[in-house]
Amino acid sequence: MTPTPLLNVDSLTVRYGARIGCQDVCFDLYPGEVLGVVGESGSGKSTLLNAVSGQLAPDSGKVLYKTRLNEPSNIYAMTGPDGRILMRTDWAFVHQNPRDGLRMSVSAGANIGERLMGVGWRHYGEIRTAGLNWLEKVEIDEDRVDDLPSTFSGGMLQRLQIARNLVSKPRLVFMDEPTGGLDVSVQARLLDLLRGLVADLGLSVMIVTHDLAVARLLSHRLMVMQGGRVVESGLTDQVLDDPQHPYSQLLVSSILQV
Amino acid sequence: MSRFDDAAYNFAYLDEQTKRMIRRALLKAVAIPGYQVPFASREMPMPYGWGTGGIQVTAAVIGPDDVLKVIDQGSDDTTNAVSIRKFFAKTTNVKTTEDTEKASLIQIRHRVPETPLKEGQILVYQVPIPEPLRFLEPRETETRKMHALEEYGLMHVKLYEDISRHGDIATTYAYPVMVGERYVMDPSPTPKFDNPKMNQMPALQLFGAGREKRIYAIPPYTEVKSLDFEDYPFTIQKWEEACALCGETESFLDEVILDDHGGRMFVCSDTHFCKTRREQGHTGVQSPDFDRTSQEAIEQ
Repeated sequence: MTPTPLLNVDSLTVRYGARIGCQDVCFDLYPGEVLGVVGESGSGKSTLLNAVSGQLAPDSGKVLYKTRLNEPSNIYAMTGPDGRILMRTDWAFVHQNPRDGLRMSVSAGANIGERLMGVGWRHYGEIRTAGLNWLEKVEIDEDRVDDLPSTFSGGMLQRLQIARNLVSKPRLVFMDEPTGGLDVSVQARLLDLLRGLVADLGLSVMIVTHDLAVARLLSHRLMVMQGGRVVESGLTDQVLDDPQHPYSQLLVSSILQV
Repeated sequence: MSRFDDAAYNFAYLDEQTKRMIRRALLKAVAIPGYQVPFASREMPMPYGWGTGGIQVTAAVIGPDDVLKVIDQGSDDTTNAVSIRKFFAKTTNVKTTEDTEKASLIQIRHRVPETPLKEGQILVYQVPIPEPLRFLEPRETETRKMHALEEYGLMHVKLYEDISRHGDIATTYAYPVMVGERYVMDPSPTPKFDNPKMNQMPALQLFGAGREKRIYAIPPYTEVKSLDFEDYPFTIQKWEEACALCGETESFLDEVILDDHGGRMFVCSDTHFCKTRREQGHTGVQSPDFDRTSQEAIEQ
């Protein structure tokens, strides 16, 4: 028996006027699966991510999501509150720039606690304990819980953003270049952490990156995009070791060998 | 001829169309307790921040038979209160009073009178920033959505932040309340001491924000609950001192510096309340006829 996909994307097209954002993209995402989307900048990766995560209305196509309770439903047909509750609880979005995903004017603990308070937690002690637990999980010292995010380093900010997103136990996480802007050693640590969390929590992830190393480390399956279209998709190792499409071959061969 | 005829102002300064527009907003506000109704706020002959929202609401509801009281920080005789009282005395010719019980319409800034209000009275609040979520979410489009969908988790983020920084909920004024189990509302910069008075109040409470162009209301006998955490419940301010003039221990006290040697006294911020008590014979430590022996007898 084949499992039901968590997310079913069907011929999704986004246009910016006469230009194409992404065109006729179809894919399924299964529970516990990590899907990487790679391609050069301008290839439509982020457009696709924003459209699939409901932040951008597509020109055509649909995205079916299987919620905890209901049958798969089209996320664009959801009414305001349902969509927003989904975004706050079942889904998570990790931005490339952690400052976009964090509330910079409140402490780390309040950042982590926001989603919990949003779903009705009203006990300070419990919210704080949850915050401390998550700080430990993302390897930030517990005594930083009352510090403002502006006093954190770039790597810590990104880890804090991840904690803030995962605290509500989401099932589906969207990541937009989560390691962008970090130096290589910090990147490696973050990837390690992410890989551990994804495996432990059984998350489904859609991760957009231009870094093939990131894609190889994290994702099970890979989609290669060029000019708004998916030109190749398959298992990560298969795509990276034996690329079929000329553009994929170019992409793989352009990795610097040190 | 009455004085306002000579002054050539329309009754209560505003033209009739404007008053109708404000009354329509008020009716909607009363129908949806705690909801901020946009209205076409007018320029008033005083600066923003001095109560332009409050006087527009007062002008829209005041009638020739009303008795008006205006207070600022609890006091009847501060600049803001005196100016607004004179403004309405001149443009409407209504009776004015300092007596909370005799007033039918009370415009306030920063305090709710200590004397319990009764049915038939109207309380008008001057509001600088009507949006309780503003400092955490600057986008108006977003805060409106949050109100519409009852997404009030963010308000608790602010209270959480207070506890983690100060060990307790340090918000002492403009303390957010939930009105009628639906809308989170900013009770204007009144001290949280006054929040319990808003709950189930027999009088009608109207809020006007002139610069921000919003009107909201709490109809009589509506539930007003201050937000808090289960393990950090809402509390009001308490003073160790009693009022130095009337000896009251349960009112909101202002601290007055007396000299540069650390001398200070605490007095009721509600001047009419304090005066009434003194007239009834109550005394405090600073009263000329304060009876120290009887005070000591009470303490023993």
